[in-house]
Amino acid sequence: MYLDSHTHMISRTTDDYERMAAAGVVACIEPAFWLGQPRTHVGTYIDYLSMICGFERFRAGQFGLRHYCTVGLNPKEANNEELAEAVMEILPRYALKEGVVAIGEIGYDEQSELEDRYFRRQLELAKELDLPVMIHTPHRDKKKGTLRSMDVVREHGLDPSWVVIDHNNEETVEEVLDRGFWAAFSIYPFTKMGNERMVEIVRRYGAERIFCDSACDWGISDPLAVPKTAELMRRAGIPEEQIRKVTYENPLEAYGKSGQIKEEDWLNPPPIDQRLLYMGNSILRGGQEPRIEAKTPGLGEDLRIV
Amino acid sequence: MSPSERACALLTRWVVERVPAEAAAWFHTQLAAVASAVEEKPLYLALGWAPRRLGKADLRLSPAELAEAAALRPGFDPIDWSVDQAARVALVLASFDGDPQRFKQRLETLFRTADIGETIAFYRGLPLYPGPELLVARAREGARSAMRPVFEAVARRNPYPKERFDEHAWNHLVLKALFIGTTLDPIQGLEERANPRLARMLCDYAHERWAAGRPVSPELWRCVGPHADDGALEDLARVLDTGSGEERKAAALALASCPRPEAKALLARYPELEGPIARGEIRWAAFAQG
Repeated sequence: MYLDSHTHMISRTTDDYERMAAAGVVACIEPAFWLGQPRTHVGTYIDYLSMICGFERFRAGQFGLRHYCTVGLNPKEANNEELAEAVMEILPRYALKEGVVAIGEIGYDEQSELEDRYFRRQLELAKELDLPVMIHTPHRDKKKGTLRSMDVVREHGLDPSWVVIDHNNEETVEEVLDRGFWAAFSIYPFTKMGNERMVEIVRRYGAERIFCDSACDWGISDPLAVPKTAELMRRAGIPEEQIRKVTYENPLEAYGKSGQIKEEDWLNPPPIDQRLLYMGNSILRGGQEPRIEAKTPGLGEDLRIV
Repeated sequence: MSPSERACALLTRWVVERVPAEAAAWFHTQLAAVASAVEEKPLYLALGWAPRRLGKADLRLSPAELAEAAALRPGFDPIDWSVDQAARVALVLASFDGDPQRFKQRLETLFRTADIGETIAFYRGLPLYPGPELLVARAREGARSAMRPVFEAVARRNPYPKERFDEHAWNHLVLKALFIGTTLDPIQGLEERANPRLARMLCDYAHERWAAGRPVSPELWRCVGPHADDGALEDLARVLDTGSGEERKAAALALASCPRPEAKALLARYPELEGPIARGEIRWAAFAQG
């Protein structure tokens, strides 16, 4: 069983859902983010948040995946002050929706003053509502932005074990782990983090508080990144319990602090969910775990994401 | 007590009898806060917390409780409701301050920012809300949903559509139910709201399915029988000649519900079906169980 803790499924096809389910992904988390181009009205934000708490959750359930989300004002759009203020107004309405497992993705893009203001206000919201936080670390000036994000989190008095720092790389991981945060790695083809590098990271740092995700979205990305990376780790001789932590247990523990994501959701969902929302994987019904074959179906021959 | 207060009280009783004392106390506090609130925040927070505090177990109402439901309001049928759904509808009802227009506005706002579980609960509550005449557009929106459980929250075990939908909306509700493959039997009012336009739409739909080589639900003929035109009788004759066992039973039932003498004559050619129908041995409800 795999949990992909960072997926923008609203821009993926049904084929992706089918392949993910076949490869053993049982649940995914959809962080609120921008859509490749900035929104200009709070109304479109409302519809977006309703979509990721609504239709997308339903759609995933039709393919046997449980779907969760995070809500937040992303750093890119935080730079539009009028929009940002209006979004902050409506965010509390969404933070308690079913399946909302964190406030996120929040943090910095170009580390502007406005980004900083709304990052802090959302940290306060997470604190008020007892929700974990998912932090998007900037792609440019990454190391400094990552350190700054953690400083600000500490300044606001949040417990690092409730905060996931996402999009890590070799340069940031050590500091993130040392400070007690969760370190997530987005496995991306061509740019950012490839999964052979991920294997090396697990070899070097172990599996405590480390996990990987696909961050699949509207760009070139791979919704099978988590199962492929697991398989690659297996072939590289990484122990099974470490693989399980990095691809399933750790994100479950981190986001499980919200009380909104539990293993029972897919192993033994409430009858009302089974009737209405979740056309679950029949293999999983009754608490059984599927046997992962040496070669998971649908992964293809080449498991590397470079 | 007003009707909405009575409804709220009944739902509240069902909920508190099924949750631990602490959760019940929490729920009572929320209802009181919502009832006296001047702003919307207590309501949406309570709606958000409801499944977390009260759980999502099925209500599993006893026959006596189901009878109470029917006595509260004809057609109210919460047989498959869950605890959190009942609690959410009770909270919405508790926010009613005597002004149906304001209630409608509030409900609209709630729908606009609802998650999928809330959306289903709010639609299931339709038969209990004050000012039902103001909620038709909202109910029709639900009946257009691409999410099957949302559509079903409006369409199934819900007296609202048969009472409030005009003919056009009703006909599309039935057609959409067939289209998305949900059974018709749980829709209330299929017989009372049958009409010639719907019968024609359904026959056209059957032809479309046949042309594509796809199966036609036997239940389709239920809404055709009472208003079958000549073309529909030809279609029913075709089903009787070439259909499967279930399809032939359905076609025969449809003929039995048709007042035209031609229908009676056609049915009489199939004594193996006419007899059991006359004795009540073939019934529409059976087709929904398959």
